[in-house]
Formats: sequence, C-alpha cells, structure tokens
Amino acid sequence: MPIRLKIFVVYIGLTILVGIIELVRQRKLKEEYSFLWLLTGITLLIVTLKYDLLVWITQFIGAELAINTLFFLGIIFLMLLSLHYSIKISLLTTQVKNLTQKLALLEGEKEESSEKV
Amino acid sequence: MENSTTQQEKILVVIPAFNEEERIGAVIGAAKKYLPQAEILVINDGSTDRTKEVSLKAGAKVIAHAFNLGYGVAIQTGYKYAVRNNYQYVLQLDGDGQHDSAFLPQLLSKLKETDNDIIIGSRFLSGKKYSGSFVRLIGIIVFRKLVSTLIHQRVTDPTSGYQGLKKQVIEFYCHDFFPNDYPDADVIFILHKVGFKIQEIPVIMYERKGGRSIHSGLSPLYYIFKMMLSLFVNILRKIPDYKI
Repeated sequence: MPIRLKIFVVYIGLTILVGIIELVRQRKLKEEYSFLWLLTGITLLIVTLKYDLLVWITQFIGAELAINTLFFLGIIFLMLLSLHYSIKISLLTTQVKNLTQKLALLEGEKEESSEKV
Repeated sequence: MENSTTQQEKILVVIPAFNEEERIGAVIGAAKKYLPQAEILVINDGSTDRTKEVSLKAGAKVIAHAFNLGYGVAIQTGYKYAVRNNYQYVLQLDGDGQHDSAFLPQLLSKLKETDNDIIIGSRFLSGKKYSGSFVRLIGIIVFRKLVSTLIHQRVTDPTSGYQGLKKQVIEFYCHDFFPNDYPDADVIFILHKVGFKIQEIPVIMYERKGGRSIHSGLSPLYYIFKMMLSLFVNILRKIPDYKI
C-alpha cells in the first residue's frame, strides 16, 4: 500500500475512533450505538497497519486489489449498520405503538371518570 | 342460569375510524339499532376532521390516538380497551359504512351458540363480486387458497374487517405479534396454529361512498410481498413464540 494512502486511511480510522468516543463522552451517542462505528475504526486501523492481513483477506475472498477489499469491508459495515438501525426502528415502532395505545386508553378512562364526577 | 349469565355478558362493538365525520354517525346509529345491548367504541385514529365530535354525539365512546397509527393498531386499541374493561365479546366493523350492521346480531349469535372463537363476515360467501384492483384480487385469491390449504378449512375472505371475537381471541390479539397495518391471512393462520376455531358467515359489504378507505393504505404489490413473508415466517415459528 502506498505510504500516502496508508497515512490517509490511518488518519480516517483515528478520526472515527476519537470522534465516536467524544460523541459518547458528550452523551450525544449511546454506547450501544457506538459499537459498530468503533469496530469500523479499529478494523480500518488493523487492516492498514497490518497490510499482510489485508493481502490475506484479499486473496481469501478472491479480490484482485487490496483497496477493493477495503471498499468491500466498508460496504459490509454500512449494510450491518443499516440492519442494526432497522432492528432498532422495529423495536421503537412497537414501543411507540404500545405507548400511544396506553395513552389513548388512559385518557379515555380519565374522561370517563371526570364525566362521572 | 343461562339467562343470568347472558345478562352479565358485556358486548363491545369496536369501530376504527380515520377522518370519517360524514359516515361514522350513520354507522354508530345502525350498530345501536341492531345491537342495543352493546356498547359502541370508536377508535379515532388521529383524525383531523370532526370524527370524534360526531361519534360522541351519536352516542359512542371514543378513544383517540394522538396521531394516525394505522388500521391494525386502531383495532388493537379496541381489543385492549375490551380486555381492560372485561368484555366477553367484541364485534368489529369499519367506520366507513361498507359493512352492513344488520349482520351484527348474526355474528354475535354465532359466537354465543357455537364453540367457534372467531366469526368472520365474508363478502364472497354472499356471492358479491370483488370490486378492488386486479392485482389485489389475485393476491386475495392466492392467499385464501394458501391459507385454506394450510389450516385445512375453507376461508373465502381473509381480509374482512367485519368480525366477531370471543374473549380468549381478544386477549390473544393484544400481544405484539398483531400487525400494525392489516390483519389478514397470516393472522388467520396464527389463530389456527394456536388452536382457535374459525367460522365464516356471509355478510353484505357496500362500496365506499367518497373519502379514503382505512383499508386503502397497502399497495397491491407490497401486500403480496408482505403476506408471503408473513405466512412463511409464521410457518417457521413455534407455538410458544405466540404465548407472550
């Protein structure tokens, strides 16, 4: 890997790691959501610094260029992240539904009891 | 003994409604006429018109969602209300006047007189032709064949929202497996899998006069995809998965 590219990728990886940790520190990002992002930053650093590992993965998956493997890993990460959010959204949808139903039922009961009074 | 039990039985008519100010009054009136012993509950699913005021004026109780959540959620709120208030029977019909309320007593008597847990009003048993889109009609035909095969019982109108339910089914429907959009062949399959007994009776359904139906949300292609997936995963699920 050319040294300029290596420096650039290490810089990006470190920026992601530091940025994510700072967001968690400021409570703008919950720990559970930071996991996949931190994993990406660390993976980026490992495959860049341990170039042999990246070459091995490239040969293993049958890609021609190491940079293709990096793109491939990036796409896999984005897919996992989207799936993670879809799961969370499904859970939140159910929770919002149950809360709204409960609110509607309690409001109805409140109206009913104030009518009786 | 039988009479005293009957007197204690609480019956609830659940009517989900979204922007139905023009039609809901007549639906409530008809339901009260045919089933005077029942209480009428309108689930106002985030309407922006006067659905709530018209329903209250017509003599119904109204539970209002803070915003529009869809047909399945609205009807499930009705089930949750029934469970909280200990109703034995729930009859449900749409708020747009498509379901002929004259069949409500028949739905109720079938629930009481038979050991079936859910009675579905079928527009196809009364010989009426389906007037919706062609793709959706294909979907209905495919899924009613499929679900009939899966449960070894003929089901002609799995999309019907005109139903009568016993308490056990109402309690079961309160769990999170119940779809947010439209209960359909997949829910009938689940009911069968859990051991509930289903029966269809012929009812009359009219064309909707103006406005937008609460059932018009799903595009036909999405409907086919969703139902295929839902039926497939429900075949894979074990019964304990539903006992939440």
